[in-house]
Amino acid sequence: MSALQVEPYAPDAGADAPPAAALELRGVHAGYGRVEVLHGIDLVLSRGSVLAVMGPNGAGKTTTLQVIAGLLKPTSGCVHVAGFHVNDVTPEVRARAGVCSIPEARGVFPNLTVNENLRVFTHAGDQPYHVVQERAYSRFPLLGQRRAQLAGTLSGGERQMLSMCRAFTTDPAVLLIDEISMGLAPLIVEELYRVIAQLAAEGIAVLIVEQFASMALKVADYAAIMRLGRISAVGTPADIADALSDAYLGPQA
Amino acid sequence: MLSYLVVGIILGCLYALTATGLVVTYTTSGIFNFAHGAIGMFMAFTYWQLAVAWHLPWPLAMCLVLFVMAPLMGAVIERGLVRQLYNASLGVTLVVTLGLLLFLLYAADGIWKPTITRNLPTIFPGQFHLFGVVVTWYELMVLIVSVLVAVALRVFFTKTRAGITMRAVVDDRDLTARAGASPARTAQLSWILGASLAALAGILIAGGHLEQLDQFNLTILVISGYGAAVVGRLKSLPLTVGAAILLGILVSYGVGYLPVRLLSNLEPVIPVILLFVALLVLPQGRLRTASFAREVRRVTSLRSSIVLAGLFVLGAWIVSGLISPGNLITLGTAVALGIVFLSLVLLTGYGGQVSLCQMTFAGLGAFMMGKTLGGGSIVGLAAAFALPAAVGAVLAVVVLRLRDIYLALATLAFAYAMDNMFFNRELGFGGILRVGRFAVHSQRAFLVEIAFIFAVCAVGVLALKRGRFGRRLSAVNDSEVACASVGINITAAKVLVFTLSAGMAGVGGALYGGWQGQVGPIDFQMLFSLIVLLLIALGGLDTVAGAFAAALFYALQPTIQQHVHVSNITGLLVGLGAVALGRNQGGIVGQVSDAVDRIRRAWPSRVPGAGVRTGPAIGAIPREEGEVVRIAG
Repeated sequence: MSALQVEPYAPDAGADAPPAAALELRGVHAGYGRVEVLHGIDLVLSRGSVLAVMGPNGAGKTTTLQVIAGLLKPTSGCVHVAGFHVNDVTPEVRARAGVCSIPEARGVFPNLTVNENLRVFTHAGDQPYHVVQERAYSRFPLLGQRRAQLAGTLSGGERQMLSMCRAFTTDPAVLLIDEISMGLAPLIVEELYRVIAQLAAEGIAVLIVEQFASMALKVADYAAIMRLGRISAVGTPADIADALSDAYLGPQA
Repeated sequence: MLSYLVVGIILGCLYALTATGLVVTYTTSGIFNFAHGAIGMFMAFTYWQLAVAWHLPWPLAMCLVLFVMAPLMGAVIERGLVRQLYNASLGVTLVVTLGLLLFLLYAADGIWKPTITRNLPTIFPGQFHLFGVVVTWYELMVLIVSVLVAVALRVFFTKTRAGITMRAVVDDRDLTARAGASPARTAQLSWILGASLAALAGILIAGGHLEQLDQFNLTILVISGYGAAVVGRLKSLPLTVGAAILLGILVSYGVGYLPVRLLSNLEPVIPVILLFVALLVLPQGRLRTASFAREVRRVTSLRSSIVLAGLFVLGAWIVSGLISPGNLITLGTAVALGIVFLSLVLLTGYGGQVSLCQMTFAGLGAFMMGKTLGGGSIVGLAAAFALPAAVGAVLAVVVLRLRDIYLALATLAFAYAMDNMFFNRELGFGGILRVGRFAVHSQRAFLVEIAFIFAVCAVGVLALKRGRFGRRLSAVNDSEVACASVGINITAAKVLVFTLSAGMAGVGGALYGGWQGQVGPIDFQMLFSLIVLLLIALGGLDTVAGAFAAALFYALQPTIQQHVHVSNITGLLVGLGAVALGRNQGGIVGQVSDAVDRIRRAWPSRVPGAGVRTGPAIGAIPREEGEVVRIAG
């Protein structure tokens, strides 16, 4: 956390105060231009737990991730990472401080080779290039065979593996993943979720956004449903099964 | 024989140095730096100042320039100008970097007044023989430096993290930030690198290739590098270097062997020809998808535009009776050139394309007017429309299938080639060409005639904007992909607007010629085309009033210069203004017009639907009666 040069939001918290959550959003409003997309989001995520955020198109899931990653500034409300107020921290500083965000479908640099992609990934985290390479290629040997190939020429699954590499080569504290299963074969999705479960077991706080829930709900400790820029239900995966169908299909008459 | 090869290779190395600098900044910041040559020029003069005027030893001066001053300049430019441009349209980036070019050019001209001859210190004097060819040590040094730079860049961009990150920023700015690297700082590094390369190229060119330091030539020599950069598609360094060497050899043999009488002054033209060949061979660029929503300004209705046009002509008649002959000349110039500026409103403001050769079209118009039937006939005026329009159509067909940046390059190259090959030659103006007036002779009557034609053009342009064609242009501007998928012929729309605009500029040039009575090559030089574009951008690209205000400023330049004792004050102002446009992208008159719109919106009942619409105009694709949307298959 040394790269994060910001003041804690609760400086008066005593030694006996509970440890700050890995990630916390409080009353976050955000939008694009004059259009407000998020109308007050509250979220808490502790270390080592997995939260699945689900909801139909246009609910504001991706926007929420962008706010956490620092690419979109909230118009009001706070984002806290490990107890630090980070509203004014740039995305690159958040990344170096341990917020790893993997965007939907576009997590690699297409005109760079696989090796060069990994080289850019070394900006975050403290691992040197050769360790990053070693970790990536031992986890996904397939990528090792393609190391000199341009990332843009990889298959969809390989590309998603490569973008996933950033999650376990840079030792983040918070991991944000957007629609990882989009358009991929079920076997690959399973493999990627194994990686996610393992990272959570190592103590990383994980936030997964998925439109289609089945796989995410298997690894998630908690689930939240978003509709129209608000969180409409939170609970354990079992709790919210009913709310989930309501969110997509509308409440039953 | 062989000695031409040596000269050619060295020349090619110099082209390669400039072109790689361009490619480096373009690929790593996504912004084509038209001021690249101007930075090199400015740094070459700085080097002269240190090494000659202040008697520093040349290696020290060289190191100071290459490793301290040029990087500083690059960093300042990135921080002050470029950083606000990353999400701006090509037009804005173009105007800002062109403004920088103009500013540096005029600033250098003011600081180092061209009253004395300046030469850079001679370094590596002497020569040696290689296979019977005389090679100077300087040439060998240029070769070695170029090879070293090329190798170093290659290693930097593929083997170092900083270099790889620079390429990553071009691929995906946001993702680079997500990965923990600062896109802004990375881009700054690329501008630092680009400025240093520009300085190196400027100094080496000035030291060996030019007879003396000259602001304009040194700035413009970069155009020769464009051809090579285009062959490398503005991104491949090896292809760029290869093309640059080939170009150097071609130029060297061309100058050596082609008949001098027919084609003197050939050296600057060969690279331009190569540029066009490269543009022809380049594969079609990908269509643009939907752009960001932008503010769409209200267009004056037909009735009120006709009324305003009538008032304008009447006003011209009244005012012309009241003012002094000197001011009358300025006013006439403004109205005549106003038509040229208006052609840019059509092309750039409504058509979304850029032209850096609008004064060249005006020159062609004046040429046709002067050469046809004694110089004062209606046929001449028609020809003044027809020839530039035809030339514009050909130019557009060649270039428009490519991305916009190539259009800017091609039009700039065209203006440059016409300066050298046509306007200055016997074939063209042949010194000074007399241009007559159609139908009337007195100053006042001719002013009213010009004002009438300006008013007709303005009403026409506005009608075009309101009509089906205008909606089509907006649609093409918003999303080429969407247009192509509903069956709009994008190329046809673009070529048509470019043709019309070129023709209109031609008419403006013919009237300008008639107003002055005669024209010479300096009236239509390339630099003026740049000033015209920058001024119209400052005035506001999509308003007729902005066009007239810009033209008025253009015509007032000599008057302003008389009263302000800072050399090139107007050029400096235009450059500065264009640079500032990055912050305020609607132009000056545009601001006023927005304010008027805001006031109008306060009374929605009075002017229904007159407010500013926002959002892509794709919903406005023509759906009129009788229009059939064809579906392929």
